[in-house]
Amino acid sequence: MTEASAAAAAADLVVRGLTVSVEDKEILRGVDLCVPAGEVHALMGPNGSGKSTLAYTLSGHPKYTVTSGSAAFGGADLLALSADARARLGLFLCFQYPTAIPGVTTVNFMRAALRAQGKEMPAREFISRLNKEMASLRIDESFRARYINDGFSGGEKKRAEILQMAMLRPRLSILDETDSGLDVDALRTVANGVTRLAGPDMSVLVITHYPRILEYLKPDRVHVLHQGRVVTSGGPELADQIEREGYEPITGPVAAQAAASQRSLTGVVAEAKA
Amino acid sequence: MSVQARELTKDYKFGFHDVDVSVFRTEKGLSPEVVAAISQHKNEPEWMLKFRLKAYEHWMKRPMPTWGADLSGIDFDDIYYYVKPAGEQSRSWDDVPESIKNTFDRLGIPQAERKFLAGVSAQYDSEVVYHNIRDDLEKLGVIFCDCDTGLREHPDIFRKYFGTVIPPNDNKFAALNSAVWSGGSFVYVPAGVKVDIPLQAYFRINSDNMGQFERTLIIAEEGSSVHYIEGCTAPNYSSDSLHSAVVELIAHKDAKIRYTTIQNWSDNVYNLVTKRAIAHERATVEWVDGNLGSKVTMKYPAIYLMGEGAHGEVLSAAFAGPGQHQDAGAKCIHVAAHTTSNIVSRSISKGTGRTSYRGHIKVYPKAHDVRINVRCDALLLDEESQSDTYPYMDVESPDVTIGHEATVSKVGEDQVFYLTSRGIDENEATALIVNGFFEPFVKELPMEYAVELNRLLALSMEGSVG
Repeated sequence: MTEASAAAAAADLVVRGLTVSVEDKEILRGVDLCVPAGEVHALMGPNGSGKSTLAYTLSGHPKYTVTSGSAAFGGADLLALSADARARLGLFLCFQYPTAIPGVTTVNFMRAALRAQGKEMPAREFISRLNKEMASLRIDESFRARYINDGFSGGEKKRAEILQMAMLRPRLSILDETDSGLDVDALRTVANGVTRLAGPDMSVLVITHYPRILEYLKPDRVHVLHQGRVVTSGGPELADQIEREGYEPITGPVAAQAAASQRSLTGVVAEAKA
Repeated sequence: MSVQARELTKDYKFGFHDVDVSVFRTEKGLSPEVVAAISQHKNEPEWMLKFRLKAYEHWMKRPMPTWGADLSGIDFDDIYYYVKPAGEQSRSWDDVPESIKNTFDRLGIPQAERKFLAGVSAQYDSEVVYHNIRDDLEKLGVIFCDCDTGLREHPDIFRKYFGTVIPPNDNKFAALNSAVWSGGSFVYVPAGVKVDIPLQAYFRINSDNMGQFERTLIIAEEGSSVHYIEGCTAPNYSSDSLHSAVVELIAHKDAKIRYTTIQNWSDNVYNLVTKRAIAHERATVEWVDGNLGSKVTMKYPAIYLMGEGAHGEVLSAAFAGPGQHQDAGAKCIHVAAHTTSNIVSRSISKGTGRTSYRGHIKVYPKAHDVRINVRCDALLLDEESQSDTYPYMDVESPDVTIGHEATVSKVGEDQVFYLTSRGIDENEATALIVNGFFEPFVKELPMEYAVELNRLLALSMEGSVG
């Protein structure tokens, strides 16, 4: 194994039997998931299946209580770390609803974050990189001095999230429904921004319930989360199937039957069709 | 200190002087004899002695105000009302509390400045800078000196305006200040002169810069403009428990005065200040007022909009740490038509700290076409922090547009999480949020003050979470 591939292997995300509660309500009921370094995985599932809970839990939001299971990134026990320590390890959450911080400009925020992650650079280099990334995401220059997410439209917020990703260069990005509320053009811009960064240095876990964004991001693997568990995983064709047939064949009564009888879901679906 | 004495000691290596001159100090407590002794010691004219004594009588008669912060801890008999500014002799560096010294360290305040700020030295080592500025100002006809000098050397202008904006009978603490005042600044800007550098109390040497009962009087003649800055962000250590200043501003037709204050008194101090401005026709007065520290602050910068088209701004920020009460606000009195005012108040309470916004808007019947905007926002950092708002509005004119908005919020868990999810630790995240909250205030400050204030807030945030 070469040094490069050893480093890449170290950046695997491995989740085992994760159960999570919010205010004493159990949302995740034993999630198993593995995102090897450098791969793009999609986590799909209907509303309320627990996708965002998984994203927040992995990022360390204090509201989410892990009751059992484990989550490791690059071999480090994520659950033992604070949110900021996880970020410094290379984890990045692209928020579905980014929070406004009035009075804190995008520039100052980016500098503070880079400094915190030990990625500080000279002022001139910083500004030129920021300008470049903003241009490629079609973010107006005026946003540099605007307060982060304060008064941004939905699309502007999403682009600002990708801008942060581009500046911080994380090793794993979790996109929490980044496609929601975006029009076709904005979706393309945002997806291109992610595609440009995805690769050996950055793996991606994209959470969505619409397959559309996956046409751009081309996931290596697709997982379906339902009622707090990953009920099936497959290649990109699983997303195509969901596009055609919806979640019903996977999450409906037939799927429940499959789960109960421990048979492969694809087998059950085929049987049901026949 | 006389000019002559200053000349004599100029070459002394450390800039210290008067080593063998004994300190003049009145006895504790206040009486007509004490008031007379102050006036006599300063060699004041008869009218000022009478003014002081009359103010003293009023102070005696006037009850303690009970409508605001708790002032029951003040013992008027246990206060020295006049101590002749005596430079380094008044206190030794060893007497300055460790916590204050540490803060100086962490703020990176230069040594010379630390002693000045701690009240160890009354003199800030900026004589050369000061001289250059003073020469430039003199050429323009601008007067900038301490108030005692103003009375002595510019008696006519001084007497014409002194006590006209805030008469001694205005309130108990204005009366007290009028009786025992000392120090403070006297500024006179002739017609048409625009002073393009801010005048800072720093540069006004050989006077007691942050006196207990300082008195400031600023007059801007027609079409002139001036920006005056007092105070600093570093903790101003004081062993005196009562500070009661009076500040009077007069902005004549088309003149502009901005008055910026940053005060960070040590937490034993009652800081009770009366600040008032008169704005004549089309004049603009802006109070930029930051209050950190002290035990209790009561301060409501006021603007009387007396001339048509006058404009007033009060921009204030208050930070109340554990055990502190910042009772601050603003008053805008619209006497003339077409006048406008804008009040923006931001306050932060930490621990058991309490901030109050107390505002008074008054519009007289004949003042038509008046526009007023009030916005006050409070941020609470802890469960036990407290904030309250007392907006009084007294509008007698039908032709008034008033906007009023008040919010109280907490540092949101989601805001902190958002910042920490980018690698920033919780303390710094909270400091960023808090600094952001003060941003509308901070951006109005000169750069060096803004930087210091942000650093100070960051220090105050340490240990506030987690």
